[in-house]
Amino acid sequence: MPDLDTTLDIEDDEGKPTRRDFFVQAGVAACAVAAAGSGIVTLDYLKPKVLFEPPTTFVAGSPLDYSDGVVRFYKDNKAFVIGGPTGVYALSAVCTHLGCITRYKSDEKAIACPCHGSRYDLEGNVTHGPAPRPLPWLDITEDAAGNLVVDTGIVIARGKVFRP
Amino acid sequence: MTTGEWIRGTSVYRSVIRHGLEDTNRNRSLIIFENLFLHVHPVKVRERSLRFTHTFWLGGITLASMLVLIATGILLMFYYHPSVPQAYRDMKELQYVVDDGVFLRNLHRWAAHLMVFTAVLHMLRVFYHRAYRPPRQFNWVIGVVLLLVTLLLSYTGYLLPWDQLAFWGVSVGTNMAKQAPLIGERIRFFLLGGNIVSENALLRFYVLHCVVLPVALLLLVSIHIWRVRKDGGVQGPPEEGRQ
Repeated sequence: MPDLDTTLDIEDDEGKPTRRDFFVQAGVAACAVAAAGSGIVTLDYLKPKVLFEPPTTFVAGSPLDYSDGVVRFYKDNKAFVIGGPTGVYALSAVCTHLGCITRYKSDEKAIACPCHGSRYDLEGNVTHGPAPRPLPWLDITEDAAGNLVVDTGIVIARGKVFRP
Repeated sequence: MTTGEWIRGTSVYRSVIRHGLEDTNRNRSLIIFENLFLHVHPVKVRERSLRFTHTFWLGGITLASMLVLIATGILLMFYYHPSVPQAYRDMKELQYVVDDGVFLRNLHRWAAHLMVFTAVLHMLRVFYHRAYRPPRQFNWVIGVVLLLVTLLLSYTGYLLPWDQLAFWGVSVGTNMAKQAPLIGERIRFFLLGGNIVSENALLRFYVLHCVVLPVALLLLVSIHIWRVRKDGGVQGPPEEGRQ
């Protein structure tokens, strides 16, 4: 039987990392870096860079169309444009409870959600649950022709009416 | 020599099936051990544990409905396109035009309901029979994850018909995800692949429903059943007087 050298990995200075320990740790670290990198890159890949979603702005006609009490519902843009006593303002029609589209009830002068029964007044304040927050007010600007332009992507302070 | 004996004597047959025909303990074990699909199952089971009242077969029914769902789901995939103009039309085509389409679709739907129902009952049965106790505590955890994956499969499948119920179901569900603190908005954006429930959302839910979640489910179910074997078979009602 040949004399097997079993002392290969044993070194005199005990506790000091061997060359094998070093390579094992370096390999594990390299794998961890590669895994973290692929994870980050995959998350980034799953995040769309270009969205083919409808534009957030829409033209809501002349400010003169909105005398006090006029409520217009823009179905495609999920917004109400409302004439108040001092000017025009726009409300999101997306219920703050779980995202259903609310409707304007002209006979009750109220905005109501068909999904879970939330109700709002014409300034967007919650009058009946389960909606947790009032309807957000949306940004209104004027284009060159003097028409109202509502941006559903920009929420403005409540009570800030548009005066032409 | 009969034809059967001749077939069993060929080298092709013997390379595939290695156990003999005699009803011996060794052959019975080999049938289980040498089969990839059976090896997760115990070689020996007590006759008592096969009785209906022992487990009410709830795990088995859940597994069977999963197999029905895989078979019918693959068949439905041959006609379904996960795109906004086609998804609803394809669902209607399956209902009214494709031969047996309505049968397969309804089978998929009812098996899905049954799977959720029996999975919950199975969980209750395991709880009341104290079968979650050591050594089975890890299998209980796997079971909880399996229930979660089952519910996610149910939910992602809900969007695919692309009808009003589906659209609003997913609008409401992803808005719930949005309520998660700090990362809620980002979770919703990732789930939908955008800000609104649209073609990206449909495709994402399709991929989750048909690839990601079924693969996870199959993997976990295999571990789950294998662990039943490793932990000493199914545990029925605790014996009288034992705590």
